[in-house]
Amino acid sequence: MKTRILVVEDSPTMRQLIVMALKRIRDVEVEQAADGVEGLKKIKSSTEAFAMLVTDINMPMMDGLKLVSLVRQDERHAGIPIIIITTEGGAEDRSRAMALGANAYITKPIQAAAVQAKVKELLQLA
Amino acid sequence: MSDDKEKLLVRGEEFLQVFKKGAEFTQELLKENERLRFRTASLEEENRALKDSGGSSDHLHSLRAQLKRLEEELEQMHNRFRETEAENKDFAQRYVEIEEENNNLANLYIASYQLHSTLNFKEVLQIILEIVINLVGAEQFGILLLDEKTRQLAPVASEGIEISELPTIQLGKGVIGEIAQNGENYIRKDLDGPVDLHHPLVCIPLKIKDHIIGVIVLYKLLEQKSQFADVDYELFTLLAGHAATAIFSARMYSESERKLSTIQGFLDLLTK
Repeated sequence: MKTRILVVEDSPTMRQLIVMALKRIRDVEVEQAADGVEGLKKIKSSTEAFAMLVTDINMPMMDGLKLVSLVRQDERHAGIPIIIITTEGGAEDRSRAMALGANAYITKPIQAAAVQAKVKELLQLA
Repeated sequence: MSDDKEKLLVRGEEFLQVFKKGAEFTQELLKENERLRFRTASLEEENRALKDSGGSSDHLHSLRAQLKRLEEELEQMHNRFRETEAENKDFAQRYVEIEEENNNLANLYIASYQLHSTLNFKEVLQIILEIVINLVGAEQFGILLLDEKTRQLAPVASEGIEISELPTIQLGKGVIGEIAQNGENYIRKDLDGPVDLHHPLVCIPLKIKDHIIGVIVLYKLLEQKSQFADVDYELFTLLAGHAATAIFSARMYSESERKLSTIQGFLDLLTK
C-alpha cells in the first residue's frame, strides 16, 4: 500500500520541487494543494487518511499555521506528522509552528535530500 | 675355653648382621631393576605410539606447508576484504554525489520548465521572483529591464523591497550599469554587508546570446542563507539565459497580440 502525503504550497515552482523530491521515496504517493483552504478540504474529504502533511506558512486564503492548528483540532487527523517548509528562518516562527503541533521545520531554500530524510524519519520508512 | 667360645659367638653375630644387610641391599637392587625395566617398556610403548600417530618428519613438513598456505590464503582474503570495503565506501560517496547532482538538476529542470510555461509577461516575472526566493534564497531583490531607447534599466518587479525604491540605472554607469553592459555575472565578496541599492550582492545580466535585455539584482539573502552553493551559480547562469528568453518571448507575444487586436479593429471598421 502506498504512503499518501499532501503537499500544500502556493508557489508552483516550489510545489513541483517538493513533489518531485517526495515521489523519489519508494511507495510514496503525493497530492497537492495551492493554499490552506484547498489543503484542509482535501484532508477532510479524503476517504483514506493522509500519512503526512507538508505545508508552507505564507499562503493566500489560509496560511500554513492556521492549517496546522485546524488539522490538530480534528480528531481523525490529530496524530498526522506535519512538516513545515518556509522562508521564515527566525527562531520565533519556528517555536510558534512547533507549539501549534508541527513535527519538523525546514527553511527554504530546501535540500531535497534533507526533506526526503525528514519524511522517512517521521514515517519510519526505509 | 669359654672366652674363645664367646668370641666366636660375637663374630658369628657380626657376620649374620652383614649378611642381613647384604640381603636387604640385594632386595633393593632387584626392586630398582624391576622399576627401570617397567620405565623402559613404557618409553618404548610411547615411542611406538608417536610413530603410529604420524610423528614422522615428512608428515610434519607437509602439515607446516599446509599451514603456511592457509595463512597466505587468509592474508589474501583480508586484503580482498579491505579492497572491497574501500570500494564500498567509494560507491557510497559517489551515490551521495550523484544524488546531490540529481537534486540540483531537478532544481534547474523545474526552474527552466516554469520559466517557459507561460507567455504572460506578468506571470513570467512572478515565476522569476518565485525561483529567486525559493531556489536561491533571496529576501530582497528586483528585476530591471533595459529600455533600448533611453538606454536605462528600469525596475519592473521586486520582492522584499518596494519597486518605487529601486533606482533607475543608466547603462554603463555604476556596478549595475556596467554589468548590464559587459554581460558578466557579478557576485559581491561580502554577502552579509549592509543593503546598498547601487552595490547589490549579486547582479545577473539577462541576455539572449550577447543581447542584454535587463538584470536581476539581489540585495539581501534569507536569514538562514549565509553563502552560495554550487547549484546557485548554475541557477544564476540558467536565469541569465532562460529568464531573458522567457521575458523576451512574453513581451513579443503581448506586443503581437496588441498589434493583432489593432489590425483586427481596423479590419472590422473597414468591413462594416
